[in-house]
Amino acid sequence: MHCVGPGAAPVGTPRPAGGGRLLRCVAVETDVELLGRLRDGDEDAFVALVARYQGTMLRIARSIVPTQAVAEEVVQDTWMGVVRGIDRFEGRSSLKTWLFRILVNRARSAGARERPSAPIDVVEHAVDPGRFDGSGSWREPVAPWADEADRRVDAAALAPLLRSALDDLPDRQRQVVTLRDVEGLSSEDTCAVLGISAGNQRLLLHRGRSRLRTALEPRMGRP
Amino acid sequence: MPGLLRRDLVCRQAVELVTDYLEGALPRRARRRLEAHLRACPNCSAYLEQIRLTIALTGRVEPDDLPPEARRDLTDLYRRWRGGDAGTTSGDGDGRAP
Repeated sequence: MHCVGPGAAPVGTPRPAGGGRLLRCVAVETDVELLGRLRDGDEDAFVALVARYQGTMLRIARSIVPTQAVAEEVVQDTWMGVVRGIDRFEGRSSLKTWLFRILVNRARSAGARERPSAPIDVVEHAVDPGRFDGSGSWREPVAPWADEADRRVDAAALAPLLRSALDDLPDRQRQVVTLRDVEGLSSEDTCAVLGISAGNQRLLLHRGRSRLRTALEPRMGRP
Repeated sequence: MPGLLRRDLVCRQAVELVTDYLEGALPRRARRRLEAHLRACPNCSAYLEQIRLTIALTGRVEPDDLPPEARRDLTDLYRRWRGGDAGTTSGDGDGRAP
């Protein structure tokens, strides 16, 4: 068991690749521990895993299939595959990478969304071009955001805003940002799960993070 | 900006490089150019910190709580899956996704 309190990694410190989300300071079992119990047929371990990953799985499935109902089916189907295939999981990837790969593959075979995702070659600016003058410099000074050390940034209070900003991202950006920044997958694992190149992964990550920054901005300026 | 050298980055370009920078994906010369710009430009430095904080805050988005009835349904499903025709699916090994 391990215990990761909110103070363990200050906001503003990039987490190591592959690190999980920060958890409230309660005893939390690692995926490896849960996996061991799941192999022994422990249903509490199953429910704990579902509680941990269901939200992300639904969000990713929903970005691939046409309706919420299909997304829910795909997620359920994925869990069934996990329960039945658990003995074939060899631990070469992390459990969640394995889980998300199964999910993405099943979602893709369940049927792609009807509306095509925006082509990647459309220019998208990280920052509204109106914020720069003719020479390309910022027109107005960029206000530093308060950081957690100021005790003015309350991550929990910002979570609803971020969730809705995540939901508003274009599908492919949402997939990448969810895997990288919400779930803490490495770039390699994210590319493997989604079947995209490293360059595309970075581009989608860049656009997604830029949009999230823009969404946070009105709430984060110094008073 | 008087005295702007052609090789200097402008802010509008710098903000497009921050992800590659944080990912360690910028070639050495481009990285040096960006770092030189960041040293000289408090606005772009503040912007980079905003992106870092955005990443950190996104990492704190907690999963939605599982409703109690979903928990019950899942437990039922789990029993069915375990009790039923276990082992009949294929292709979910972690080496290569199906």
